[in-house]
Amino acid sequence: MGQTLSTLAYLVASVLFIMALRGLSNPETSRQGNLYGMIGMGIAIIATLLRPGMGAGGIVLVLAGLAIGGTIGTLLAQRIQMTSLPQLVAAFHSLVGMAAVFVAAAAFYSPESFGIGYAGNIKAASLVEMSLGLAIGAITFSGSVIAFAKLDGRMSGAPIIFKGQHMLNAALGALLLVLVIAFVATGSPILFWLIALLSFALGFLLIIPIGGADMPVVVSMLNSYSGWAAAGIGFTIGNLLLIVTGALVGASGAILSYIMCKGMNRSIINVLLGGFGSDSGAAAGPGAGNADRAPVKAGSPEDAAYIMKNAQKIIIVPGYGMAVAQAQQVVREMADLLKKEGAEISYAIHPVAGRMPGHMNVLLAEANVPYDEVHELEEINAEFADADVAYVIGANDVTNPAAKTDKSSAIYGMPILDVERAKTVFFVKRGMASGYAGVENELFFRPNTMMLFGDAKKVTQQIVQSLQK
Amino acid sequence: MNPQQIANEAASLSDRAALLAEHARQLAETAAPLAAAAEPFLLMLTIFLMACFVGYYVVWNVTPALHSPLMGVTNAISSVIVVGAILATGLAESLAAQIFGFIGVTLASVNIFGGFLVTRRMLSMFKKKGS
Repeated sequence: MGQTLSTLAYLVASVLFIMALRGLSNPETSRQGNLYGMIGMGIAIIATLLRPGMGAGGIVLVLAGLAIGGTIGTLLAQRIQMTSLPQLVAAFHSLVGMAAVFVAAAAFYSPESFGIGYAGNIKAASLVEMSLGLAIGAITFSGSVIAFAKLDGRMSGAPIIFKGQHMLNAALGALLLVLVIAFVATGSPILFWLIALLSFALGFLLIIPIGGADMPVVVSMLNSYSGWAAAGIGFTIGNLLLIVTGALVGASGAILSYIMCKGMNRSIINVLLGGFGSDSGAAAGPGAGNADRAPVKAGSPEDAAYIMKNAQKIIIVPGYGMAVAQAQQVVREMADLLKKEGAEISYAIHPVAGRMPGHMNVLLAEANVPYDEVHELEEINAEFADADVAYVIGANDVTNPAAKTDKSSAIYGMPILDVERAKTVFFVKRGMASGYAGVENELFFRPNTMMLFGDAKKVTQQIVQSLQK
Repeated sequence: MNPQQIANEAASLSDRAALLAEHARQLAETAAPLAAAAEPFLLMLTIFLMACFVGYYVVWNVTPALHSPLMGVTNAISSVIVVGAILATGLAESLAAQIFGFIGVTLASVNIFGGFLVTRRMLSMFKKKGS
């Protein structure tokens, strides 16, 4: 396949990738979109394998790599639990970053294969692009490894902060710039690997101060980085498909990071500086630490079942706690029974309800909740006012009215779900512990709130049993 | 000013003009390869920026309910970096570059297959009421 033909094939692949993203505007067209993406990737790989000069030995090696990687990828995709999706995505991002590092290294040691000069005499512009791709790839790799470890619980989600951290990062950033300039001037292999090492260290240092609660932003941000890394490599080897795809992915990740930040009312800078949130809202016993407040009203699952049986409109507000307790399935059973009683059920999802953008929607879809019953914050917030019941399960901070009223609160300004407007609010919770943000929820003490203390799954199961009677 | 002086002035002016012209010619000669090098870069930059805009508008159109599948798909397509790895594996003459290429192909393939398949799994779960 000649140069023109392969360029044409790359163009077709770019268009198919754009159509893949376009398909995701609607669940109906999304499966088709994913298929377009697969076809685009297939075309890109085949067109590259058919390029002139491809030796038989090389093709065999490539096919072997595809087979090994493909098998691992397929197994991972089939076995992963949907609750662990964020970890998997973080791990995948790290692979893109590492692949970028290796491609940059290959281009450095064999520049003639990419038409960017000869070993020891690479064009300066190409060296600039190469060091960009290399540095972003390496930062994506080590940053994603940390994000993976934090999300997977292999490492505490608590932010790791030490004195002079930001100064150190700034100094290392400046040093990186110096190394890049020296590398472009000399083209020395030692400098190439020093840039890689320093970038690995930077990626690591940039993510360790960021707390577990901010991981949705970090995962989106690393998604963006992996795109920019691909684009950087595209510039290095002069490949338009890589540039276009990298830009698409980079833009996508940036938008998701923005949406996540807005969902928490935090600026991206604030998130990156880190230190916010902890491992998880540690569970305390009922009533712990609130001796001086008005008593909370605790109810039994039977009470809740009785009230919900007579309700017309019920809004379920799931948070990540529901997924941790694996309660999605039983929540859906409860909803089915209530529908039979004539109630109208909908689900309200906060942008940061899960551990990555859209995570809660996937978890509900997995439990066979129809997607047209699931609504985003803006769509549903006005409806709480005429809801009979708001059933809050595993969510806390995202319902806290202090975000609207208390300027001193850590979550002030964060958009919240207006559950307090419902006639009755049920709060399924293990105890009185505060959420990720470490802020107490005044909703617990409202007269129209009834606390249902216990494990999310068990409490809901008991409600289901009472409803069946 | 007598005619002789004017003639001398004119002669020295023309000499200087000739010198400037020569200088300009030399500058143009050095600039030409620079411009030639800048041209493909500018082309790439243009396409890059256009693609950023396309990505921006297309992604804002993605329904928030499908943001996780969006990450899955973008993750898979960013592995198009495999193209660079394949070229290195197949075309490189240095053994080191070939090994780097092979590792790159393997890593990116995990992502390609894993990314698209996990997205397919996610999307297959999204069902409408009553279906």
